[in-house]
Amino acid sequence: MRRRANQNWSQSCQMSDKSGAKLKLLQGRAGGGSDYSSPCISNGSGDSRSTRTVPLKGARGVYISKKKTMHHHHSSGAAGAGGKGGGGRERGGNPSGRRLGRQWWRDSGNSYLTKPSSSSAAAKGGSASSSSATTTSVWFEHWHTKLFILWVFFMALVSLSVYLQMNAEMLVRRRDTLKTMCEGRARMLENQFLASMNHVRALTALFTTLHISKQIAMFNQETFSQYAESTAFERPLMSGVAYADRVLHEDRESFEMSHGWTIKEMFSKEKQQVFEEYAPATMSQDTVSYLTSLDMMSGQEDRENILRARASGKGALTNPFRLLESKHLGVVFTFAVYSIHLPPDATPDERVKATAGYLGGAFDVETLVENLLHGFPGSEMIAVNVYDITNELCPLVMYGHTNVSKSENTYVSSLDFGDPQRKHEMRCRYNEDALPPWTAISTSVGIFVIGFLVGHMLHASRNRIDKVEENCRMFKELKVLADEASVAKSQFLATVSHEIRTPMNGVLGMLQMLMDTRLDATQQDYARTAQASGKALITLINEVLDQAKIESGRLELEAVPFDLCAILDDVLSLFSGKSRDEGIELAVYISEKVPSILIGDPGRFRQIIINLVGNSIKFTERGHIFVCVHLSEDMEMVMEGSDYSGDDDDYSDWEVDGPGCVPLDMKCNQFNTLSGYETADDRNSWETFELLLAQEQHSYNPDHDDHHWNFSDGNDVVNLVVSVEDTGVGIPLHVQERVFTPFMQADSSTSRTYGGTGIGLSISKCLVELMSGKMRFVSRPKIGSTFTFTAQFQQMHDSVHESMLRNTNSVLQVRPLPTCFQGMQALVVDGRPVRSEVTRHHLRRLGVQVMLILSLSQSECSAAAFHSTVGGGIDMILVDKDAWGAGTGIRFPHMLCQSASEHLRQRNKYFASSVGLSHGFIAARLPKMMLVATSMTDNEHKLARENGFTDSVVIKPLRASMLSACLQQALGVWNRRDQGRELREGSRSLHKLLSGKRVLVVDDNPVNRRVAEGALLKYGAQVECVNSGRAAIVKLKPPHNFDACFMDVQMPEMDGFEATEIIRKAEMEASECMSGGILTKYHPVRIPILAMTADVIQATQAECLLCGMDGYVAKPFEEQQLYNAVAHFFEAGYV
Amino acid sequence: MGKCDENGSGMGEAMQLAAAKQQYAEHMDSLRAEGLLDDQFSELQQLQDESSPDFVEEVVLLFIQDSGRIIKNLTESLEQKPVNFKKVDAHVHQFKGSSSSIGAQRVKAVCIKLRMCCNRQDQLGCLFALEHVTREFEVIKGKLQTMLELEKQIVALGGTPPPFTDKL
Repeated sequence: MRRRANQNWSQSCQMSDKSGAKLKLLQGRAGGGSDYSSPCISNGSGDSRSTRTVPLKGARGVYISKKKTMHHHHSSGAAGAGGKGGGGRERGGNPSGRRLGRQWWRDSGNSYLTKPSSSSAAAKGGSASSSSATTTSVWFEHWHTKLFILWVFFMALVSLSVYLQMNAEMLVRRRDTLKTMCEGRARMLENQFLASMNHVRALTALFTTLHISKQIAMFNQETFSQYAESTAFERPLMSGVAYADRVLHEDRESFEMSHGWTIKEMFSKEKQQVFEEYAPATMSQDTVSYLTSLDMMSGQEDRENILRARASGKGALTNPFRLLESKHLGVVFTFAVYSIHLPPDATPDERVKATAGYLGGAFDVETLVENLLHGFPGSEMIAVNVYDITNELCPLVMYGHTNVSKSENTYVSSLDFGDPQRKHEMRCRYNEDALPPWTAISTSVGIFVIGFLVGHMLHASRNRIDKVEENCRMFKELKVLADEASVAKSQFLATVSHEIRTPMNGVLGMLQMLMDTRLDATQQDYARTAQASGKALITLINEVLDQAKIESGRLELEAVPFDLCAILDDVLSLFSGKSRDEGIELAVYISEKVPSILIGDPGRFRQIIINLVGNSIKFTERGHIFVCVHLSEDMEMVMEGSDYSGDDDDYSDWEVDGPGCVPLDMKCNQFNTLSGYETADDRNSWETFELLLAQEQHSYNPDHDDHHWNFSDGNDVVNLVVSVEDTGVGIPLHVQERVFTPFMQADSSTSRTYGGTGIGLSISKCLVELMSGKMRFVSRPKIGSTFTFTAQFQQMHDSVHESMLRNTNSVLQVRPLPTCFQGMQALVVDGRPVRSEVTRHHLRRLGVQVMLILSLSQSECSAAAFHSTVGGGIDMILVDKDAWGAGTGIRFPHMLCQSASEHLRQRNKYFASSVGLSHGFIAARLPKMMLVATSMTDNEHKLARENGFTDSVVIKPLRASMLSACLQQALGVWNRRDQGRELREGSRSLHKLLSGKRVLVVDDNPVNRRVAEGALLKYGAQVECVNSGRAAIVKLKPPHNFDACFMDVQMPEMDGFEATEIIRKAEMEASECMSGGILTKYHPVRIPILAMTADVIQATQAECLLCGMDGYVAKPFEEQQLYNAVAHFFEAGYV
Repeated sequence: MGKCDENGSGMGEAMQLAAAKQQYAEHMDSLRAEGLLDDQFSELQQLQDESSPDFVEEVVLLFIQDSGRIIKNLTESLEQKPVNFKKVDAHVHQFKGSSSSIGAQRVKAVCIKLRMCCNRQDQLGCLFALEHVTREFEVIKGKLQTMLELEKQIVALGGTPPPFTDKL
């Protein structure tokens, strides 16, 4: 019989019954050793009735609830962040999860903290970072920083939730796996167990049958052993079966005798003490042959089992205990064999009495179950323990190497081994802790990092934008400040200049008045000097004021009609003295295509030209200054054209011709420019100039009407290119870029040498820009500078007559050029094509046709001679003094005479033979010879006279007015006298027209009225004056005896147009009244009314006619125009 | 003695006349050169003949008188608030007309300026321009008065002032 292994343990089990908690602690600490795994053995007793197989209900196991885990964690002092992890986390996995979680947090925190931006400081809860405390406070206020922090938190939450979800999913999967594995093992074990038990039961049934039929002797040890051995396969989990007889004490001796051995105690193998009954094993399987003769009732478990089995008639299982010999953990299964047939409802006593023996089987759980379970796949992954939990408080280990405590990660599957008194369960858990959920961790960390980076990127860019915006704002502020300062400066300058100018004007005015008084010569001189100084000062101040005005953008340009030629002539005359003194050639050329009258700001244009020419004069000691005006279209076209022809050609020309030219010219440094000196820009050299002329000629050709009028078709804008070329010292290269900077001169010595403030160019440039043009320059030191600017002007409408404009506009009131030279022909002799073109230009303005002679070649000379003598038609010959070099022109008449006489000789034999062909003869027949010179010495004058320039010497610069005066003097055409004659004739005819006529003058201005009256009186009219439109209406109420009315257009109260309309209305009524035929010739119903206006542009003829007027005259009266207007209606019908 | 005196005075008168004529010519030249007067004035002088011997003087005095009135009006108009620019414009127009009639081209030019300011409704500009106009007027007024004085001298000395001609 089997007995308990350790008595002490049963006591400890009873103790543990009272204090479960303590036990639990003990159990928690218990290591993997199975030796200590069953500290408590609970006794169980009952009938072993349940022989039926337990149906498989699938998974009957449950996980331990989460609550308990929580509690457990709490009790083990591991509360904290890990507790947050929802959804049953493994105990083993939990710390690692928590550790990971913490790691993650710190990682992200680290990356956050290592960020140099202040947002890290912000993330720390707004604690100011030491490095950037000021900016942090600013930045932290930015919404986007807050947003960024929120975003980081949000991303942390998102990644955390992703992690948790993935982790939970993984755990669920893991648990499902565990559950499947555990259930499979449990059911298999159960099946095998039950199969073994069933076989033992069958054996029991056999023994009972034998006992009933008293044939038990059939079995002895050998047969039983053989039988058992041969049927061992039916009991897969049993190490062996044995049969024990029930022997009462009175039968002991006989039993011992019959068997030949004594009944022995199970553990000591000594002779058994005296008990009431014994259960010595008589037959046993070979595997448990050591049981023979041992009293089975001597073991605690066996005894209880036997008692329970025989009382219940069913199989009974022991607690797990150490089996004899093998010392393996196992259980013993016992069945009672009865000697009689018992009814199913037999009482336990009857059963005890009827008991004949016991059949027992030992389940060697440790080895056999192990063999069974090891057959399963994945058995190394999980730890499986089987417990006897009959005593719930003290589960006993039945199988298992490691202690599997009940925890959330343990799966428990209940087992039914066929003994209803006993309960078993299988606990499974993974051998190893779940691996850290790397996928979940990396995914969530990845999400967080990506989110963080995206947020950081946006935040950083937003910060950058903020910074840039801030900078931009600062710059704008600074710019505004700077602008304000600049404007203030300009305003200050403007104010101060103005303030100086006003008293200066007073001073000048007073000086002028002082000079008007009687002063002696010295006083006069002082006053003149003072005035000159004052004027210089005023000029300077005006310049400064201009600069200031331009800078503050307050300079406005006028838009009035002006005469470009007149302005240029004017400027030229201004500098003529200086240029003559220095022997510099000063010339102006204006393209014929440039309209003579332009609308723009003449004052400013003049200022620009004066600045440029003045500058050039200042820096030029020899050579020329050439002002050239072209239409920019032409210039562009020519420039393009020259580009087309190819620069290579030009260069090759230069290279090939260059060396060859020098000996030909015989004079070094001869260039084809105005004076022959080299210029900085070859724009005005003959090569370009010729092209330009051709271009202008081409498009000026009247045959090409479309070309000619192309600028008047458009919006009447005329674009001019004006270039001022000099052959002065040039501008040093290093100062060229700041030439247009105000108050900047080449260097300080410049102002010492040449004077000036250096403001002129800057002003000129600004003015040019105001005229929507551009100014640029080309300058080569020691060679010269060429300043070129474009400017935009308006063209006059064709409807406005030029002469009308000239009469009414003060700016245009230059003396009109005389017309007496119209149709004359001139010969210009000059070796320099550019210069000859300039001369031609000026002559052409006077209406003179020009032929050019450029070289002294025989043919040209003779042609000239022919034309000037016999051919006729040539009225004058202009020869440049320096036609082919200094002073060469003076000799020309002599050469001409020679060539002419030769020519004549060849042509005409009479002349050839005649002696009369003397020098004087020819000379007398030559046209007027004029010498054009920059300057003349007395010697040269003499020489010129001797050479035949008897008529005139024209001193350059050429100007139309000056030229015409010279021509008049030379040709004896006195334009003024002619004009006077015309005038006298005109006034005579006007007198004829107007004498005796009664004329009404209507003007509110007394001066005008008086002047008009005077003028009309002079022509014999009877004049009556009124000073308003109303008075005129009264006077002109028919019938009246006025022959004409001159009406001022602009009058207060009622203007001329209105008055005329009323007068016309009254006339209409009157004519209706007199429609009976009383209308006589001498009382014209319709009185001619002529508008008097100072502004022809405003009051055009059409407007006048529209109001019932008959014409208009400009104020003040100009004879010719007055005549025209008056003749128009007086000659028509009324004598 | 008497003869001598007569002679002396006669000589003196002749010299005085010549000097006066010279001065007159210079004066007119300067008027011309400084652009104070233009051709229109010579036209006026041409209008003066036996039928109206004091025509120029009459017109000049009329001009001076009228201009004084206009300047006064202008000053008053510009001091008003708000400025009635239409009224100012009418005055300026008058002034421009009369100065143009007499050939005072500088006054006229400044009048145009004033008128431009007026069109822009630029009160400050108007005031400045008016000041300018006044100054120019004072200058021409002085000149014209000097001229009339000289003419009177010449007439008193028994001569006729040389015509105002344009020197080329």
